[in-house]
Amino acid sequence: MKQQAAVLGVGQTRHRSRRADVSIAGLCREAVDRAVADAGLTLADIDAVVLGKAPDLFEGVMMPELYLADALGAVGKPLLRVHTAGSVGGATGNVAASLVEAGVHGRVLAVAFEKQSESNAMWALSIAPPFSMPLVAGAGGYFAPHVRSYIRRSGAPQHIGAMVAVKDRRNGARNPYAHLQQADITLEKVQASPMLWDPVRYDETCPSSDGACAVVIGDTAAARDTTAAGRPVAWIRATSMRTEPTMFSGKDHVNPRAGADAAAALWRDAGITEPAREIDAAEIYVPFSWFEPMWLENLGFAAPGEGWRLTEAGETEIGGSLPVNPSGGVLSSNPIGASGLLRFAESALQVMGKAGEHQVDGARTALGHAYGGGSQYFSMWVVASTPG
Amino acid sequence: MTDVAVIGFAQSPCVRYGDGTTSGVEMLVPIFAEVLASTGLTQPDIGFWCSGSSDYLAGRAFSFVSAVDAIGAVPPIMESHVEMDGAWALYEAWVKILTGAADTALVYGFGKSSAGLLRRVLALQLDPYLVAPLWPDSVSIAALQARLGIEGGRWSEKDMAEVAARSRAAAQGNPQAQLFGAVSAEDLLDQPYVADPLRAHDCAPVGDGAAVVILASAERARELCPRPAWITGFAHRIDSMELGGRDLTAAPSATAAGRAAGAGPDGAGPPIDVAELHAPFTHQELILRTALGLREETQVNPSGGALCGNPMFAAGLARIGLAARAITAGQADRALGHATSGPALQQNLVCMMEAR
Repeated sequence: MKQQAAVLGVGQTRHRSRRADVSIAGLCREAVDRAVADAGLTLADIDAVVLGKAPDLFEGVMMPELYLADALGAVGKPLLRVHTAGSVGGATGNVAASLVEAGVHGRVLAVAFEKQSESNAMWALSIAPPFSMPLVAGAGGYFAPHVRSYIRRSGAPQHIGAMVAVKDRRNGARNPYAHLQQADITLEKVQASPMLWDPVRYDETCPSSDGACAVVIGDTAAARDTTAAGRPVAWIRATSMRTEPTMFSGKDHVNPRAGADAAAALWRDAGITEPAREIDAAEIYVPFSWFEPMWLENLGFAAPGEGWRLTEAGETEIGGSLPVNPSGGVLSSNPIGASGLLRFAESALQVMGKAGEHQVDGARTALGHAYGGGSQYFSMWVVASTPG
Repeated sequence: MTDVAVIGFAQSPCVRYGDGTTSGVEMLVPIFAEVLASTGLTQPDIGFWCSGSSDYLAGRAFSFVSAVDAIGAVPPIMESHVEMDGAWALYEAWVKILTGAADTALVYGFGKSSAGLLRRVLALQLDPYLVAPLWPDSVSIAALQARLGIEGGRWSEKDMAEVAARSRAAAQGNPQAQLFGAVSAEDLLDQPYVADPLRAHDCAPVGDGAAVVILASAERARELCPRPAWITGFAHRIDSMELGGRDLTAAPSATAAGRAAGAGPDGAGPPIDVAELHAPFTHQELILRTALGLREETQVNPSGGALCGNPMFAAGLARIGLAARAITAGQADRALGHATSGPALQQNLVCMMEAR
């Protein structure tokens, strides 16, 4: 039955607004080369490739994995293309892990990217197909009412969103790959930034980034080879995915059942009974600041209505009881299709002890989380420094 | 490795212009009901859902998101999606069952090609910097491939017309087919070229459709199906897209996938009774027969194949479903389902199934 899988190596690009110096293929290859080198391997050691990215309209290339087969080192090998909306980076990691867990392959390369400068994501998200609710103002306009609803339901004070933004941007300044480097950002500056979609301000919003992430996942034998060579691995303790429709009677956009169900299955399969105590670092998909307290509750780190208290008390900072997004998170870098895999990869770096300036001391168990669509696609994993 | 079997299949009619929206929901709801009824399963019984479709075909971002509406809202489902033909979604679901995370999976693919000009839409699959700006469309690229084979003495226009005539005749028994009927190769060769050397009969019809397959683990398959189609090998491979960088008259990724799935090579192994090949152009069937090492006694495309109905992102999955149905219906003991993707047979998948 299920084999245990581990992350053997991680690579990412330096995320920027425009990576005009590289093609889409060059961008992906930058992350791939770093991941394979990080694992002490070459592309010849890879059995299969899984590619994830958000909608093809974001670059204007239909099924770009076909054109990328050469650049990904996939020619002559199996190449799968995953697309599960904004959660796709996470789903890419999970599908790659499943290929190893099923015993089909020994070493699989997961790659995810977005090169937003090739097209216009706001346009791609604003097409109005028949019989569907138009998004018009892109993701921010879609999610702002859910944030307002969260504030009303929880009674959270207005400054919580700005606190998340300050923390994540300062964390991002410790991460050399992060797009935004804002070590000097302050609460006052965030609160003075323009209001985009009430209550979401400019500084509480993710940037548009070009970037890619790659992760090498291997089976137990491959992991033993890696550790024998003196390189740490991150053992995948559990993975989880859940989906629900965008709209239906009874849908809770603030605390979606699909996310809660995915988290419950994840904790169960990872043998975790008290997530807030047992998780040492969490990389959570927070594209707009207020989603930190919302997802803390959805994931079961806090009771409904109580997530903001962890943020306000500083518990989600590096050095707090539950550091959230020590890498700077989506608020510091958002190559959309890669953002989920970056969360998964950063969680692995934490338990491998390779997170550098944004390392959480003694992190042994970490969460990677991604969501997409209208808060309806969720993918997650738990990684740890030991196989368990 | 746990055993996995195909236990159910349904397909919507392949039509030139479907009535439904690009979400696929109108095509999917009836075939979900049909396939679930055929297995006695209900929506909550399904452990894993996986689908294949394309945003570019639908002309919008996140087109697959609306398709989830065809499934039902509560409870949330364990689900994934590939931006590929549903055959690759079936592969992902097969892997999921192998991990033990699910014991049943429902896999679907859908496409509404009538929403755009398919041959131009598919040009956007090409290298976006060097090739796509020239807009070489999918039929023209296939014509280059056919021309290379003709000039290399690999096949003739008559060989190609015979593939079309045999497919149309076979499709007379397939109620979901878009094209069918008795035609002679000689008459077909009197028709004008669409893209020299391709005539209309050499090209799959453009149309809308959807397909669904249910997989089950060994224990569940035996409970739910009197004669499951057991998957004995399942593999896929990709070649370079560089059109000038490979021999277009061969399909090395089909050969490699076939060997990895246990289909051959060159007639090795027990006989294959039925092969459903996803060949959207007549000459591509000839390439695939060679690439997979199919023997003369193998019945190829008894459904009429993609030449008689090629709903994008569903046609490959339908090939596997139809091959499986040959087994579940007792017409075959060993069958091969094949799917392709990309220009000029760039990517290929083979699923081998048998009765036990």
